[in-house]
Amino acid sequence: MSIARDRAVAIGARSAANELLAVTDPSAGASRKPRPAAAVGYSRRRQDAHAAIWFLLPSLTGLTLFLIVPLAASLALSFTNWQLLADPKFVGISNYVRLLTFDPTFYRILGNTVLYTFEYLTLNIILSLGMAVWISSLSWGKTLFRLVFFLPTFTPLIGVSLVWLLIFTPEGLMDWLVASLHLPIPNLVTDPNWAMQAVIIVSLWAGFGYNLLLFGAALESIPQSYLDAAAIDGASAWQRFWSIKLWLISPTLFFGMVMTAITALQVFDQVYALTRGGPGNATATLGFAIYNSGFTTYKMGYAASISWVLFVIIMALTLVQLRLQRKWVHYDA
Amino acid sequence: MTPEQTAAPINLAGIGRLASHLAMVVISLVFLFPFFWMISNAVRANSEVLAIPPILWPNEAHWGNFIAAWSYLPFGRFFLNSAFVAGSITIITLVVSSLAAYAFARLRVWWLNSIFVAYLATLMVPQAVLVIPLFLMMTHLDWVNTYQALIIPMAFSSFGAFLLRQFFMQIPIELEEAAMIDGASRLRILLTIILPLSAPALGLLALFTFTSQWNSFLWPLIVVYGTEHATIPLGLTMFQGEQGTDWNYMMAGAAISMMPAVILTILLQRYIFKGIAIGSGFGGR
Repeated sequence: MSIARDRAVAIGARSAANELLAVTDPSAGASRKPRPAAAVGYSRRRQDAHAAIWFLLPSLTGLTLFLIVPLAASLALSFTNWQLLADPKFVGISNYVRLLTFDPTFYRILGNTVLYTFEYLTLNIILSLGMAVWISSLSWGKTLFRLVFFLPTFTPLIGVSLVWLLIFTPEGLMDWLVASLHLPIPNLVTDPNWAMQAVIIVSLWAGFGYNLLLFGAALESIPQSYLDAAAIDGASAWQRFWSIKLWLISPTLFFGMVMTAITALQVFDQVYALTRGGPGNATATLGFAIYNSGFTTYKMGYAASISWVLFVIIMALTLVQLRLQRKWVHYDA
Repeated sequence: MTPEQTAAPINLAGIGRLASHLAMVVISLVFLFPFFWMISNAVRANSEVLAIPPILWPNEAHWGNFIAAWSYLPFGRFFLNSAFVAGSITIITLVVSSLAAYAFARLRVWWLNSIFVAYLATLMVPQAVLVIPLFLMMTHLDWVNTYQALIIPMAFSSFGAFLLRQFFMQIPIELEEAAMIDGASRLRILLTIILPLSAPALGLLALFTFTSQWNSFLWPLIVVYGTEHATIPLGLTMFQGEQGTDWNYMMAGAAISMMPAVILTILLQRYIFKGIAIGSGFGGR
């Protein structure tokens, strides 16, 4: 899954969450209508209904065939033992039981995914927020520096990962650098304890520029008068950051965190290109396990059940985001 | 300039600011190093790739490696496949999304809101959940290893409808009312009034769609085999052969694969940055 796609989805989901609030909140809904309802005549409304059906037909058909039906099918498949060639047989919840109780690799994979997500998320937020604050304090080159760090965002993750693989490969640049500096670091992609760090470094390089831009935009939108007022009251630059800036951008910050976590949970391309889940299964994540079970060992039913575990985690995170956002909207309204 | 900076001795504050800028320049150059390393390795002989000590820039730059990589796998074919697939998906997405977005933005029908909420909910579905049943579907349609398998299932996303709706809603409704009184149909209004005014939003959607499809890896990996329909990300992994990796050609291929995104990002940065800022906004709204 490419960063660009997930980022694009992230923007959508972000505003989507706001929309959802507007749609479900009756008071907000009324004010959103551009015209009073009385101005819309009966025949116009019927014409509208007619037009709406035709306008929505292509996208509804596409989404039903390629999203709703597959979604239902994957849930159904997760209750079968289907293996491509043989006919699928209904096995109830035994895939899930096996995942959660018998499969020795599943907890390793889940643990890898959680470790990756947690470490990547933490480093991403620290880096992007720190750099966003730093860049917004500069008097020249703001746009240029933002552009530099944003440059990898839309490039193919596979390409990025292979460039880094060349740097990390045994006897490559990284090994030479580590040896010349006498650092106690083994080769990153072949050492089971370090391979995940390689995946995280690549993901950070490719991905933190997006949040940098997101937080940068939020910082720029803080009215200067707030900061001036605090400065007159004697707040230091450090206090202004912790008690004003951070507080005012906290909704954006939280949104960025949730979206980054959702993207990180699905990590696949980097793992495939750098380590193929190895060494052993040191870097196998849920995204990689779905591909591996489904398309190298052809245990489609089992793969479907892993994919639903991933989906449930993502749904839970999204609900948390919606909940907390509702709270925030009340805070500053 | 904050009060505290003006209060400090002017030369000290000036030196601090200069140091801050210089440090950022250095970090930027370090950050850009992988791009440089990619090009530097693309234009050397494969025997020089893992030389010890590393060679920063080859004595003799073989720019011809780019041409060699192009016809090698055949990487040129992957490039054209990617352009065709990503281009087709972008066109379908723009058409389908504009239609749906107009309905959501302008038509007053009681059931539209519920459908819209359902559209938003689909944004949450990860691709990994869909690929297994979609692969099945492709098998049954006998579409495995075809262009339509690469294009059709990926061409429908609610994101575009959502993005364009936000933009359409900002267009003054008076522009349409005059046309309605003249008896113009809704489709005509969309085509002649709304779309020409929405170029920035359509451009942003095109950029997002094209680059994400250009970069897409999981779905092509599943639904395509061999070289005939392979796209660029798939092709890049093919440089890793049984007898070792052709690093120099692979890096040339990686550079080619990144070219469209890098050029588009630099050319359209103003729109991209604004688009992301819309997603942030003061106070999170």
